[in-house]
Amino acid sequence: MRGIAGGMRRRPPKYSAATLAWRGLKGDYWPRVWRDTDLKRSYDAVVIGGGVHGLATAYYLARNHGMTNVAVLDKAYLGSGASGRNTAIVRANYLTPEGVAFYDRSLQLYNSMALDLNINVMFSERGHLTLAHSDAALRTMHWRAEVNKLQGVNSSVIGPDEIKEVASSLDTSDHPRYPILGALYHPPGGIVRHDAVVWGYARAADHMGVEMHQKTEVLDILCTGGDGADGKGAGGRVTGVRTNRGDISTPIVINCTAGWAGLISAMAGVRLPITTHPLQAAVTEPVKVFLPTVVVSGSLHVYISQTDRGELVFGAAVDAVATYSIRGSLEFTEELAGHVLELMPSVSRMRLLRQWSGLCDMTPDYSPVMGFTPVDGFLVDVGWGTYGFKAAPVSGEQIAEAAATGRTPELIAPFALSRFDTGELVGEKGAAAVGH
Amino acid sequence: MLLVPCPNCGPRNSADLRYGGESHARPDPATAAPLQWRGYLYLRDNPAGWLRETWYCRSGCRRWFTLERNTATNEFRDPPQPGDKRGAKA
Repeated sequence: MRGIAGGMRRRPPKYSAATLAWRGLKGDYWPRVWRDTDLKRSYDAVVIGGGVHGLATAYYLARNHGMTNVAVLDKAYLGSGASGRNTAIVRANYLTPEGVAFYDRSLQLYNSMALDLNINVMFSERGHLTLAHSDAALRTMHWRAEVNKLQGVNSSVIGPDEIKEVASSLDTSDHPRYPILGALYHPPGGIVRHDAVVWGYARAADHMGVEMHQKTEVLDILCTGGDGADGKGAGGRVTGVRTNRGDISTPIVINCTAGWAGLISAMAGVRLPITTHPLQAAVTEPVKVFLPTVVVSGSLHVYISQTDRGELVFGAAVDAVATYSIRGSLEFTEELAGHVLELMPSVSRMRLLRQWSGLCDMTPDYSPVMGFTPVDGFLVDVGWGTYGFKAAPVSGEQIAEAAATGRTPELIAPFALSRFDTGELVGEKGAAAVGH
Repeated sequence: MLLVPCPNCGPRNSADLRYGGESHARPDPATAAPLQWRGYLYLRDNPAGWLRETWYCRSGCRRWFTLERNTATNEFRDPPQPGDKRGAKA
């Protein structure tokens, strides 16, 4: 157990082969991984949203800053939103120096996560191919590769022959409508089991004293001194939150609610540059493992990876129409199938098992909105669009630092809400629009 | 599939149209302060409920118009009819 400042309650059961065998032989139940406690009337900080971002924030508040009197509130169950709906891809090959430094730190944290949290997150560092089908796309790949190299991130542009060596099932001939001209190859990228990350953070935060409250919906954020109605808005400060289980007083509220971020921020009188769009994904029946890397095609709006069970997981771009409805559509499956077969004609006989969708909080520049807002004590970790999962560890770490110290850490300074006032946008569309 | 009630072409698949997003009044260029432009350009209400939004019927009548849609259920309310100037954008 590493140096945990105060609040250490009990040791969680150690997950290892030995305890697995021992408990299997004894036949007794595993203890509950996190507690179900009563809601207290007061906390040092309240995190809204029990997804991977909210839980990581609570974990780092407790571990790095000794703040253990923290509650994570979720209106459903932990990991019920985008944390369990994403396509589990991690990478750091972004376009802007700010983005690359940030996501690279996240990848480092993912690398040590299994040890830190004592849970098998099944990080498979299998490499990541971003295909280019036009000269313009190839130019962006070169641009990204050079920015990445300068930041010490392993990325390079490779040609069709090398692509064939990495992923032989891709059609690298000149027959397709959009032939593959080259690719950005990023060996440190890969996939992580997203549910394990949620459970690992929840379990680790719980044993340091953080409380997780599921089925606890935030109805209002209580503010005082602001220029809007009820003391909300710029110039005010947070005094608490109103939930369906009663009021809580707290000086710090952190909004980690992804697709619902705009609704929660409006409760504090803060408007965000965010619209909510669904993103659809699908998975096939399992087959023998044949695809060794993650394959992304921005032009064809698709990304593909094969799980350890053998299913192909497909993701796409967000739906064009802003909505909070997560119903799937036939157009998505048709378009997806067409694009996948363009890349890999050999999978034409495979069947889709299911499709689902999750909500994405899209910003105009495809970068997140993180840090302080005009309302004192109200922090946001939102605007995570289609790239939230891969950034969860670093976001939690940095937002926790901001909340605990009252200062914006250097790594997230470019992503402040105030960048929209000054026009200093961090344009990541070239690497994040469909890039997974 | 989302059926969008185009005032000129009738119900159309949303794939036939371009989604223009939330509809807000443009600030007066003669008097608007930078922060007003910031709000107009970037900030959104993004409600989970009724929303006034713009659409462009790109493969039909090729006109812009505004509609009211519930973003939680995707139902449209009281769409404008052909010849009705209410939803038309000059």
